[in-house]
Amino acid sequence: MSATPVLPVRSAPTSDAGGPAPRRLTRRVARRAQASPMAYAFLVVVLLASIFPLWWSFVIGSKDATAINSGSVSLIPGGNFLANARTVVDSLPFWKAMVNSVIVSTVVALAVVLLSTLAGFAFAKLRFRGKEGMLVFVIATMAVPTQLGIVPLFIVMSKLGWIGSLGAVIVPSLVNAFGVFWMTQYLKEALPDELIEAARVDGATVFRTFWNVALPAARPGAAMLGLFTFIATWTNFFWPFIVLDPGNPTLPVALQQLQAEYYVDYSLVLAGVVLAALPLIVVFAVAGRQLVSGIMQGAVKG
Amino acid sequence: MRPRSPLRQRLSRLDAQVSPYAYVSPFFLLFAVVGLFPLGYTLWVSLHQWNLIGGQGAFVGLKNYTDVLGQPFFWNSLRNTLSIFLLSSVPQVVFAVLIAAALDAGLRAKTFWRMGVLLPYVIAPVAVVLIFNDLFGDRFGLVNQALGWVGLDPIAWHKDTLASHVAIASMVNFRWTGYNALIFLAAMQTIPRDYYEAALIDGAGRIRTFFSITIPQLRATIIFVVLTSTIGGLQIFDEPRLFDSAGQGGADRQWQTLTIFLYNIGWTQKNFGRAAAVAWLLFLIIIVFALVNFVVTRRIASRESR
Repeated sequence: MSATPVLPVRSAPTSDAGGPAPRRLTRRVARRAQASPMAYAFLVVVLLASIFPLWWSFVIGSKDATAINSGSVSLIPGGNFLANARTVVDSLPFWKAMVNSVIVSTVVALAVVLLSTLAGFAFAKLRFRGKEGMLVFVIATMAVPTQLGIVPLFIVMSKLGWIGSLGAVIVPSLVNAFGVFWMTQYLKEALPDELIEAARVDGATVFRTFWNVALPAARPGAAMLGLFTFIATWTNFFWPFIVLDPGNPTLPVALQQLQAEYYVDYSLVLAGVVLAALPLIVVFAVAGRQLVSGIMQGAVKG
Repeated sequence: MRPRSPLRQRLSRLDAQVSPYAYVSPFFLLFAVVGLFPLGYTLWVSLHQWNLIGGQGAFVGLKNYTDVLGQPFFWNSLRNTLSIFLLSSVPQVVFAVLIAAALDAGLRAKTFWRMGVLLPYVIAPVAVVLIFNDLFGDRFGLVNQALGWVGLDPIAWHKDTLASHVAIASMVNFRWTGYNALIFLAAMQTIPRDYYEAALIDGAGRIRTFFSITIPQLRATIIFVVLTSTIGGLQIFDEPRLFDSAGQGGADRQWQTLTIFLYNIGWTQKNFGRAAAVAWLLFLIIIVFALVNFVVTRRIASRESR
């Protein structure tokens, strides 16, 4: 539940070049192929808007309370970030929250990738009775909102005695319909039927075919699914907020406590925001290119 | 081909028949427990008296539903949810298409621009609210100070209903506009370049080609983005919940949304029967809006393509 990455439906691969170069290349078309200064100017503004809130939280997070309340605006960071960060870390179970977030996001991402690849392989490449119906069912459940199930899910978790434990966050997210659909679509295209046939002719078991043929072909799609699931789980708030207690939070739940505690002292609140955002910014720096192409691959063809 | 013994042949046929079920079953088993069962059980809970501590009580039929529908706060939260939803999804789609058009214009260093646009997506909504809460501070917030520089009066972002909705919508837009822009960009790149070339030769300008070619060709993608933002937008919780430290959606519930309403009934008033009824009502509202949106966007998009 609730860790569904909001990725669009994959259908057709897109090319960066936008098709073959037109043959009748007039001068005007050639000029059109280059971005106008207007486009650059517009994108610079968009980029500044993307970066500014983050920069601002670092600026405020690095000042002391008196500097902020003086009322003067400055975009230059002060020297207090480490002191603020230490206060935040000391007053919250911050490291615990960090470790919890890593555990929850990693376990959920791995489980979703594994189970989705298994099911996606069966749906994309194997023949069995009831397949079409099952696949339609999987797709239909993607539209059901997470909120619908939280009351009974909470009742179940409290009957199991899991409230306050990470299991209550992890278990409902272990599967998601979107992941199955994504891997099904991916393997349909990425894995040629001839390879499956060849493996069968060679006498490989279905599992060997999965392990030696399907899994290597699935890797890029699976990596993408894992990345998006990781981010969705890391940033998820609603369900962890309901089932976890303040002593054992994930990062978003801990951050929310920060606001309740230091409502007036935004230097501390925003220092905490920066600390909590750092891991995902690192992920973004390393895998941002893949994230971009993952979204682009997923788009619906018109 | 290797010759096989009859036993091996039978085993391999069994393998081919059974394996597919073995591979899809972990998904379906887990899904039955954490997805399907809660769905039906919510309906059951909503028809009973039920509280967090005492558990199941008497069967009350539709009373939970009529109780909820009789509460002014329900209608208030429905209005707020729709208002925030409109303020976030409409500008978001418009800006995403514009950004995509700029990204599609033959840029240098295109990966750099694409990544820059996507950056907000990795910031958790909780973190976004905390940052924007500071920016939209009623007294010394940067936004109000900036308004002062151009001679405007400060706005009561945490008191005025419409202003609070604008502030909350801006947080949603911050996180999702760039993401949607990349989806639109991908769709734009599948539009054959010949169309643009032909339009140019016919003497159409940039703006004319944008409205006569780009937008109609994006029809399916626009419908997709509007639908996903409807399903997500009507469930909004994080941003309005943390917009002030009390978490009630404002002193006068100015920005209380349906999901905050649901949470308060279930976990503050501990009335699970009613909370389950709200959950079902929310689901029905989402379905209705998704259908309306689908029809409306399709009609708009197809009129443009004519």
